[in-house]
Amino acid sequence: MSDMATTTDTRLMAGPPSFVQTRPLDPLPPPMKDSGAIGWVRQNLFSSPLNIALTLVCALLIAWVVPPIIKFMLIDAVWDGASRADCVVQPDRPQVGACWAFVIDRIGFFTYGFYPIDQRWRVDVFFALLAFGVGWMAWLDAPRRDLGVIYFFIVMPVLSVILLLGLPAIRLPSVSTEQWGGVLVTIVVATVGIVASLPLGILLALGRRSEMPAVRMFSIIFIEFVRGVPLITVLFMASVMLPLFVPDAWSPDKLLRALIGVALFSAAYMAEVVRAGLQAIPKGQYEAAMALGLGYWRMMILIVLPQALKITIPNIVNNTIGLFKDTTLVFIVGIFDFLKSIEVGRIDPNWATPVTSTTGYAFAAVFYFIFCYSMSRYARYVEFRVAAGDRR
Amino acid sequence: MDQQAPKPELKPAPLRTGVAVDMVGVHKWFGEFHVLRDINLRVTRGERIVICGPSGSGKSTMIRCINRLEEHQQGKIVVDGVELTNDLKRIDEVRREVGMVFQHFNLFPHLTVLENLTLAPIWVRKMSKRQAEEVALHYLKRVKIPEQAGKYPGQLSGGQQQRVAIARALCMSPKIMLFDEPTSALDPEMVKEVLDTMVHLADDGMTMLCVTHEMGFARQVANRIVFMDAGQIVEVNAPEPFFANPQHERTKLFLSQILH
Ligand SMILES: Nc1ncnc2c1ncn2[C@@H]1O[C@H](COP(=O)(O)OP(=O)(O)OP(=O)(O)O)[C@@H](O)[C@H]1O
Ligand SMILES: [Mg+2]
Repeated sequence: MSDMATTTDTRLMAGPPSFVQTRPLDPLPPPMKDSGAIGWVRQNLFSSPLNIALTLVCALLIAWVVPPIIKFMLIDAVWDGASRADCVVQPDRPQVGACWAFVIDRIGFFTYGFYPIDQRWRVDVFFALLAFGVGWMAWLDAPRRDLGVIYFFIVMPVLSVILLLGLPAIRLPSVSTEQWGGVLVTIVVATVGIVASLPLGILLALGRRSEMPAVRMFSIIFIEFVRGVPLITVLFMASVMLPLFVPDAWSPDKLLRALIGVALFSAAYMAEVVRAGLQAIPKGQYEAAMALGLGYWRMMILIVLPQALKITIPNIVNNTIGLFKDTTLVFIVGIFDFLKSIEVGRIDPNWATPVTSTTGYAFAAVFYFIFCYSMSRYARYVEFRVAAGDRR
Repeated sequence: MDQQAPKPELKPAPLRTGVAVDMVGVHKWFGEFHVLRDINLRVTRGERIVICGPSGSGKSTMIRCINRLEEHQQGKIVVDGVELTNDLKRIDEVRREVGMVFQHFNLFPHLTVLENLTLAPIWVRKMSKRQAEEVALHYLKRVKIPEQAGKYPGQLSGGQQQRVAIARALCMSPKIMLFDEPTSALDPEMVKEVLDTMVHLADDGMTMLCVTHEMGFARQVANRIVFMDAGQIVEVNAPEPFFANPQHERTKLFLSQILH
């Protein structure tokens, strides 16, 4: 009783022993966060001795690596020029960095390969069609995404084939795939690989979980076999062994064979990614769909796959990044992709300087980095959106 | 309110036969485990059956056999004149006519409430989108949540989700409704709203098989109560005698536990 007297809260003392809230409490603003630049630095970089050490090591690494790169790529770089003479060391220019003049001079070759110069606009139109389609599909809030799917999977491929291969009937001269090259080939191989592998991968994933033993066996054997061999092997088989089985006249052209190889290869990987997504869908979803009388395909297309694919988007993009880089391997079966065009360009005697090769490879690195990093950022954005959707 | 507006057909479709569900000598095993043992149950048109029994006694398994979410291995199950065999066509035919409500709702989280309700009528019943939406809104009113049509299931309370699940099943105008513990995943204050919905449905003459431990509901609605234990039907009786004068020892024990 006597300690009660020391309590300063008179409201509690005055009333009966049990507590009844008598007036609503006004909301208060949340406590201040340790924000601002200095707060951030202290919290993230110097919070503990280990963290301080790691911060210092990283700072040293950056100081060691970054300045020379910037010096080579930008400060000492040569931007205009018409031949090797502009990119070699001269008395008035003791240091020569990247020879961007070489890249600028050969950019047409890097982009189109041997595509006839007066027809290159067709490739540009193809790039525009593709960019439009990718934008439509990637922008999650885009209007009429259902039409976008039709455009992306039907309209655009048909237009692209006509445009790139040519159709003499509408006065587009034929251009054989032997003449394609550079970025064009890299983009075609990557796009076909990615676009074909998703539906194939979905079918294989469904097959692997099928209740029909024959379908399941086929899917398992295909997936495990393809995943068990390197892409180079698949490409060799597609380009060397396929002609053994089909008559010469039917034998598809070299690029198509590589495309098939790449598509089948990435389909096997895609199948495993999709399967993981399928496994994450609760049994109750299947049961509810079945109880409503939706058959197998409607259940999969309307209920299961939309949910499964949504959670696997980051992994799908991850696969896509891997595939995009793996497309460089097609040069081994004689296809003239972007990296190969750089290889050919850098040994051109007209541009033979000590920095030509480095410049060419640096350009290739920047090219691949821009594509892969954008895909990776996009995956993060989608992941964020999906997480936000789950919170609602 | 707007009585004049043309209403779609909303009464439960009449059964073809007087017998809604006929189970004769049904057995089922999960591997070595004999989960259903010689089940014989005939449910007539408009009858309301409540199934109860201890956990693991096979109640869920039994009603899931009726729409073939589980396959029985021996005996015969005939649903409104259609015998369940491995024939996929018949299975789909039965599933179209039998609605099911699950313990955990199993709404489709990527679709809005309205889309959840219209999906099967559009794709299975081949209704137009407009007509399906009209039917869906009618049933959402019946379960008293028309204002939630545009929300996603994750935004609703458990009780609201379960009422959406009931409406989703009703949108297919089923002849028979199966409920598997529809209230046992709900907070106590939401149980009543779901049970009220089910009582309404019973009043409309729907043929219902309901696994539940809500004995008040059983007393009020059931024509017969089926008590199961260890994969067998132990006792079947009308509610009055079932509660007042249980015959079997297991039933007595179960009732003494459940009714304090
Ligand atoms: N898919 C399955 N595989 C193997 N055993 C199963 C499977 N489903 C259920 N069982 C077993 O069958 C028995 C009956 O299960 P069931 O779900 O029908 O019981 P229940 O009466 O509905 O119980 P509860 O009241 O807990 O829901 C249980 O012992 C359970 O462990
Ligand atoms: Mg159960």
